[in-house]
Amino acid sequence: MKEGPSAFLITVLCAGIAILYIPMIVLIAYSFNASALVSVWGGFTTAWYATLLHNDQMLDAAWLSLKIGIVASTCAVVLGTLAAIALVRFRTFHGRFLLTSMVNAPLVMPEIITGITQLLLFVAMFNLLGWPHRGFTTIVLSHVAFCTAYVTITVQSRLASADRSYEEAAMDLGASPVRAFMDTTLPLISPALASSWLLSFTLSLDDLVISSFVSGPGASTLPMVIFSKAKLGISPDVNALASLIIGIVGICVIAAGVLMRRTERQRLADAQLASD
Amino acid sequence: MFLLVFFLIPFGFALMISFAQTAIHVPPYTSIVSISPDSRIDLSLHLGNYKYLFTDEVYAIAYLYSLKTAFFSTLICLVLGFPMAYAISRTSKSTQNVLLLLIILPFWTSFLLRVYALEGIIRENGLINSALLWLGLIDQPLKIMRTSLAVYLGIIYSYLPFMVLPLFATLEKLDHSLLEAAADLGSRPWRAFVDVTLPLAMPGIIAGSMLVFIPAVGEFVIPTLLGGPDNLMIGRVLWDEFFGNRDWPVASAVAIVFLVLLVGPIALYQHYQAKELE
Repeated sequence: MKEGPSAFLITVLCAGIAILYIPMIVLIAYSFNASALVSVWGGFTTAWYATLLHNDQMLDAAWLSLKIGIVASTCAVVLGTLAAIALVRFRTFHGRFLLTSMVNAPLVMPEIITGITQLLLFVAMFNLLGWPHRGFTTIVLSHVAFCTAYVTITVQSRLASADRSYEEAAMDLGASPVRAFMDTTLPLISPALASSWLLSFTLSLDDLVISSFVSGPGASTLPMVIFSKAKLGISPDVNALASLIIGIVGICVIAAGVLMRRTERQRLADAQLASD
Repeated sequence: MFLLVFFLIPFGFALMISFAQTAIHVPPYTSIVSISPDSRIDLSLHLGNYKYLFTDEVYAIAYLYSLKTAFFSTLICLVLGFPMAYAISRTSKSTQNVLLLLIILPFWTSFLLRVYALEGIIRENGLINSALLWLGLIDQPLKIMRTSLAVYLGIIYSYLPFMVLPLFATLEKLDHSLLEAAADLGSRPWRAFVDVTLPLAMPGIIAGSMLVFIPAVGEFVIPTLLGGPDNLMIGRVLWDEFFGNRDWPVASAVAIVFLVLLVGPIALYQHYQAKELE
């Protein structure tokens, strides 16, 4: 029988969670501050959100980030799933070691190094092939590269626990290997695909360092714009933007959490039913 | 057909990434050097960059400072994160889910925005100083921004979830009957903790520490936004060399040395770990 945590543990836990949340709460509170002086409370306003809507630079950057995020995470899910299948289904093959280390490399590598090496690659490629131009394409390519690593690991663990006998049964019934995979295993691993897509999307949306390196003139993602503003200090419209993003992400994560718990419960119930 | 599709595509992709990483290892790739006007010849100048690294002590200082900062922030994260993870692992299943969600939520929100939010708190006229002044504990605002303290706070604040989650994963699996056995055999709680809990939690401690330490060493955003001019971390030096001085060869040299010094040992370590598991 587990005993509950002691008072000391609860205190540390609360303190830790407070540390994590106080800055964000303060930020959100100040985004409604009517005074442009960030230190003085001048009453409640939503004016900063309105200015945000008229800030073309920010809107363009946000739109660019969204586009990059969607394209990059979709590609990453496809490639990462293929890599995961290769790793789980074929125990030994030529280049397995290479593939595993390539999958893990972006996870242990500091972003700044990934950024600089990828830029050098893109520049070299451009000199040789005349492609890609630095900007949208290069940012997407580099995001796909590091997101794929996360996708592979998420999908790999799910795939390893997925029951293969369904697929074998489908093949016994005459389905082609691809068809069997599509109809049985793919639905089984779809929650992992969804969550890894979301993870990739957030990672891509959030990335500053790699994007800054590989981006070209004229292509500024949202984090790049925020960063250049934040370097100059606190400004109220960035507060508003930040609160907006935190709010959206918060709602999405909570919704995803609730949804996942529900499907998990459903899965457990199904498993129960199946075993009875 | 199956083999073909699922072998070749990932393999080709891996090849592509491997290119990205070897891009600056391989001397022929220093054709990139021609972009930078001050160094036109390949190999000799390339070594010159490394020599420059060792003669100019800015780099050594930055490396050491990065390692030191990352080490101590990892330690503080561990000290703070361990009780948190332990407490979560002791609560009931439904509370656990809520608490975990609370820990994960900041992880999904933008990293940059969280650092920015922290700036709002520790600024000279931010929340901490206002509160302390109001309470009469201090006469004039504390200077936290642009100091090492701010960098530490930033790293701890940003990476704490990375420490808590792997710790929780191992602590959750901990068999409490072992602790009871230790207690039955007359062990005090503290002693039981050191002898039983700590060794069993080791994988989580190592995983968490790596997850905090590695990004912390290469951290660029936090020292730039929160730190002062003295807080030279290697990520920042690299960035300045690259964007400020436009000296790509030297920046690449910094990156390579960094990679060899830091990532090399870690990769080796993980390799051995994986071998041991097999």
